[in-house]
Amino acid sequence: MSKKKDRFISACATPVRGEAGRTGDWRAERPVIDPGKCTPSKTKKPSCYLCWLYCPEGTITRGIPVEIDLTYCKGCGICAAECPTKAIRMESEEQFFATECPAPEPETPKRRRRSRKAPEGKGK
Amino acid sequence: MGTVKLINGNEAAALGAKLCRVQVVAAYPITPQSKIPQTLAQYVEAGDLQAEFIPVESEHSALTVCISASTVGARVFTATSANGLAYMHEQLHWAAGARLPIIMALANRGLGAPWTIFNDMQDSIAQRDTGWMQVYCRDHQEILDSIIMGYRIAEQISVPVMVCFDGFILSHTVVPVEIPEQSEVDAFLPPYVPHLRATGGEPININPVVLAEPCANASGERCPSYMGFRMRLQETLAGAGATIFEVGRAFGRAFGRDYSYFVSEHRCEDADIVLLTMGSLANEAAVAAESLRERGCKAGVVAIRVFRPFPSEALRRALARVKHVVIFDKNISYGNEGATCTETKAALFDGGLHPSVTNYIVGLGGKNVTAADLAAAVLKAMETQTQLAPPQWLGVAV
Repeated sequence: MSKKKDRFISACATPVRGEAGRTGDWRAERPVIDPGKCTPSKTKKPSCYLCWLYCPEGTITRGIPVEIDLTYCKGCGICAAECPTKAIRMESEEQFFATECPAPEPETPKRRRRSRKAPEGKGK
Repeated sequence: MGTVKLINGNEAAALGAKLCRVQVVAAYPITPQSKIPQTLAQYVEAGDLQAEFIPVESEHSALTVCISASTVGARVFTATSANGLAYMHEQLHWAAGARLPIIMALANRGLGAPWTIFNDMQDSIAQRDTGWMQVYCRDHQEILDSIIMGYRIAEQISVPVMVCFDGFILSHTVVPVEIPEQSEVDAFLPPYVPHLRATGGEPININPVVLAEPCANASGERCPSYMGFRMRLQETLAGAGATIFEVGRAFGRAFGRDYSYFVSEHRCEDADIVLLTMGSLANEAAVAAESLRERGCKAGVVAIRVFRPFPSEALRRALARVKHVVIFDKNISYGNEGATCTETKAALFDGGLHPSVTNYIVGLGGKNVTAADLAAAVLKAMETQTQLAPPQWLGVAV
């Protein structure tokens, strides 16, 4: 008696960008690169890229300049710790709130809904 | 036919792995298994075995290396005992859940505390829930044979196999063992093809987080939930009986020693009372049964060879007409009783069978157990009719 071959023996998946969600939202500090100290930026040549190598989340692109994808960077600070020229500073997220998460526009006053019960202390 | 050599159980295990042309050996030494990785390292160094021998820094790493190597298609082998097995516990769960055909030789040894280096089965029994197939060898020949059969079964059903044998009693004693020819083993074992192919072209995530409900993968294909994968492991392991039987039968045809059975029975056809045990103790039990027969007691022996999957059917058949079962466990599930006793009683219950059952805890920490001890225990059990008594401890000098 042969059973239909079950193709699911153990679990596997195709890696999908951002499948763990927007992990950048977890950040308390973000890496900021000083192009005056970053070797690829200074030399205008692909070089160093130790930050790319060490990033546990693979958010860094080996460009000129080096790019860090802030949608997914968790702010662990390993890139800053490993950078041989100390070109990366970890800066608090708070200072970016004003520009990146502006306060919402005040709501235009809505028409007050007819309420079943008369509000206390006021005439109908 | 093979060559007969005088070897010990450890050498038999190492030879088994060598004959199976294992490609990666990752193991850490621990008494009484140390000679297994040592012997394999010697084979590799001499060029007699084409394998990577990886001297890892711990047993946890040993099994982790095996998991990785097996995933990419290498036939792998490891060996450990007692606290070493305990150290790799989380990876035992992983290897089974990842459905990898890893073979482990397990020289049974008691766990600390207090420290012991000597034999009992607490180490492997404590891992019976992990999803590994487990066999308990009653002699040296079975160790070698079980490793060869292990690879064929494991690679067919994608389940790891633990080949257990009593530390010192089998690992260190020397007896004649028939070593099959390499060509015969090559003919018996097809090459290993992993069920999951990491080709290096498209990346894959292996064993990612799997949620409680089935969901679609990136291609839109519906994939099982965590429970779905775990159910598959249970279905495969619990349903492996036919494969184990067929491989045991094929082994008999190829090498002259048939293993198409889960439990072995000795004089059970007319037995009133059966001694039930596992491993090397089965040999003592057979001698005890003969001595009991001489004294007019119709005794038989049932020895469990395959413990996982648990041979409930085979036990019910073997014990169907027996009035009294005396179960000797070289282990105990603290707070309850010996594991073989609990599981056997459950199998009997499911079959509506209610013989009187006595449980003896024996041999812990290497305490010697003789045929005379077993026979005396059986006579005492019959005398006192110790049904519903807690497990009895045999021969404990406080």
